[in-house]
Amino acid sequence: MEVKFVRVGSTLIVRMAGELDHHAAEILRTKIDAKLKREGVRDLLFDFQKVQFMDSSGLGMVLGRYKLVSAQGGKVLACGLNPRVKRIFEMAGLQKRIIICRSEEEALRGA
Amino acid sequence: MDNYMKLELPSKSQNEAFARIVVAAFAAQADPTLDEISDVKTAVSEAVTNAVIHGYENKSGTIVVSATLQGRKLEVTVIDYGVGIEDLEQARMPLYTSKPELERTGMGFTIMENFMDECDVISEPGKGTTVRMVKIFGKKEPAEA
Repeated sequence: MEVKFVRVGSTLIVRMAGELDHHAAEILRTKIDAKLKREGVRDLLFDFQKVQFMDSSGLGMVLGRYKLVSAQGGKVLACGLNPRVKRIFEMAGLQKRIIICRSEEEALRGA
Repeated sequence: MDNYMKLELPSKSQNEAFARIVVAAFAAQADPTLDEISDVKTAVSEAVTNAVIHGYENKSGTIVVSATLQGRKLEVTVIDYGVGIEDLEQARMPLYTSKPELERTGMGFTIMENFMDECDVISEPGKGTTVRMVKIFGKKEPAEA
């Protein structure tokens, strides 16, 4: 899985590409947590546009970041979810905690 | 068309992607839809991840993934010889996880049950766990929950 970080104002955008499984989630969470610490951002936006596959380990990684960010008063958003990723999000009720948007633009307007 | 395959892997997280891709490639012979293949990939990924994290608790061990095709019926079995599951009913409950500290969501079995037509688990503490799943291709998908 490839990942790119972009900071827009107080939001850290995580642009992922590839398959978000247990193996990728472990690597990604270390990178994100280091970045969150360094950048001191408030909100976190996951861009799933180039994520073709996600399983429950991906959910766990997103939920884990939600716990960190919301404890500091920040929000977690997700955009570009394909129907399968969205279905898995909804099975676990993540839409109650994570703000789901269509695009980065829409997410940043609401952030 | 009847066919079978068997794959043996060490319990490394890198192998989760390999295992699900192998099963998906094998299942492709039965001409599944893209959605059906994604269902199989996701379910296999959950089962193999469970073997790595729970069965072997991130230590080394052997995982055996096998599959058979009978017509358009795919049966996948994922076996580990790890710690086993004490309470199967609890393990299968949505959102229950024995390892919240590892950011597990407790959705693994729920996803396997939802994405496959059958999902049986046999486990013996200290001996290991076998997950057997069936997917019948070409069947109309049940309405989404």
